[in-house]
Amino acid sequence: MMRVKSLEWEKPSRWERFVESTATIGRAITGRVALAGNLAVFSVATIFWLVVKGAKRETLTPAFYNVGVLSLPVVMLTGTFIGMVLAVQSYPQFKLVGLETRIGAAINLSLVKELGPVLAATMLAGRVGSALAAELGTMRVTEQIDALASMGVNPIHYLVTPRFLACLTLIPGLTLFADLMGVVGGAFFSIKLLGVDWSYYWEYSRNMVGLFDVFAGMFKSVFFGAAIALICCHQGFRCGAGAEGVGKAATSSFVISFVAILFLDLLLGIGLDQIQTQFLGGPKGSMI
Amino acid sequence: MTDETKRNDAATNGELKPVRVEPNVENEARPYPLPNLVGESNPEPSAERRDVASERLIEGAVVVEDGVKKVLRRRPPLLEIQDLNVIFGENQVLRDINLKVRRGETVAVIGESGCGKTVLLKNMIGLIAPTTGRVLFKGKDLARVSDKALTEIRTHYGFVFQMAALFDSMTIADNVAFPLRQHRRNMRRSEVKERVESLLEEVGLNPKIVANKTPAEISGGMRKRVGFARALAMEPELMLYDEPTTGLDPIMSDVINELMIEVRDRRRVAGVLITHDMKSAEKVADRIVMLYPHARLEPDEPQMIFDGTPEEIERATDPRVAQFIRGEAGERLREMSAGR
Repeated sequence: MMRVKSLEWEKPSRWERFVESTATIGRAITGRVALAGNLAVFSVATIFWLVVKGAKRETLTPAFYNVGVLSLPVVMLTGTFIGMVLAVQSYPQFKLVGLETRIGAAINLSLVKELGPVLAATMLAGRVGSALAAELGTMRVTEQIDALASMGVNPIHYLVTPRFLACLTLIPGLTLFADLMGVVGGAFFSIKLLGVDWSYYWEYSRNMVGLFDVFAGMFKSVFFGAAIALICCHQGFRCGAGAEGVGKAATSSFVISFVAILFLDLLLGIGLDQIQTQFLGGPKGSMI
Repeated sequence: MTDETKRNDAATNGELKPVRVEPNVENEARPYPLPNLVGESNPEPSAERRDVASERLIEGAVVVEDGVKKVLRRRPPLLEIQDLNVIFGENQVLRDINLKVRRGETVAVIGESGCGKTVLLKNMIGLIAPTTGRVLFKGKDLARVSDKALTEIRTHYGFVFQMAALFDSMTIADNVAFPLRQHRRNMRRSEVKERVESLLEEVGLNPKIVANKTPAEISGGMRKRVGFARALAMEPELMLYDEPTTGLDPIMSDVINELMIEVRDRRRVAGVLITHDMKSAEKVADRIVMLYPHARLEPDEPQMIFDGTPEEIERATDPRVAQFIRGEAGERLREMSAGR
């Protein structure tokens, strides 16, 4: 994107600059509030159409293929590397205190509770979310969304509902695959390359990682998937004019999605930990 | 309810069965003109053609149905815009627009770039909501009907977009079939295929050549005609054309003009044509209205500065209208430099 510094014809006075900067801050705040409100209305409309009319098979199949099948290799690859990186980073620390046999517990717990869901969601936001925003943004700019509406087809129902449903339902599966490959990658690196005893590795993992931890990761991923689909489709729908507008929509969709993923991760992490502590008697095992 | 009352209700609701139209004093019966073939040259609009056009309006005509004579006066216009104002933020685009489009009539809306023509067109189909005022289709206010009803109403429209707005992920055949697949679920695949072929042929495209291509693989003129075919798929009652000849060569522009005339004359479909192209407006339209940019109006001046027939616009005395139809810059460059 080429930026040329604007020529200034008249220099504003100090008071005018103050007024202008105050107005800019005000506009930014009201703009963000309006954006949040707009996103809320958009989300309600999407869920409304999903509940009332579902999604059409002709739109659902390509959305599922794009979100699920095409994302699977990259999510699995990311999971594998993250498992290995965790092994590389944590092994020296564990070895210092003589607990290297328990490295499996740390790696696998981190993977299923945090890194698996967050990284699968980040990959989805980067690979699918940005593409969704760019695709819908281009449709907005070239009046294809108006064309849909003019033919008596609701654009949110036709375009957003299948993508939302695909992200919502397929992200737990993607997370599971990321977890699985992370576990395999971490185990391979720890056992084969770092020489950790395999029986201790799996024994401590089994003692530390419970079914609730796997469930917690997958439960969180559903919220991440929903947030990614809604944010990215919304950015595409409100895309500005021209190539710059589409580029901005794609970039901002990823940035907002990523922030939303981390924010939701924090909130859900606190909530799920409370549930585990209050109702399930705390974590399954102890590292020490 | 008597039979006669029922018939009168049907007449006023605009749900008449085919009836014989008898000429009244002002309205001498003439045969409908034969449709022109695509690409065939069409003479300049004649006074006779305009009379035939006004005859199609039916309002005021005496009809005889089952031996009972009736004068059709209360039939609402197909589309009516009442006191329409559209404001985006602090920028007023349209002010107090009043316009009626009757059945079978083609109205051209002209005006310089940025005067609000496309905004007006999008208001006509409810893609943009009025800030104040009403847009009525067959008497129904588009802003007050439910989403479901609005969706149903929109199936009575055909919209030809400036850049065609074809779905680039679909083939040409799928683009044309799209509205049928969405709204005529009971149509068999063979019927849809047959209809798509017939629509493509109607707009001068060979289905065997273009059907399986994507929009990116065909020329701009072909894309416009595919957009035309898609707009006709649902057999609309009102066609909206957003600058359909922009960016086309003179011959292709005239092909589009011929298509619009054919749609009006053969299918008896009303139309609203947004254009800068005076040749197109004068050839296709029964009536021309001209919008003037809101920012350049005097405080109490109407934004619609002309409403009349193509013959009348040629004799217009308003210098702004005359300047536009002759395509003269005049003092416009200096006015724009001064921010007007």
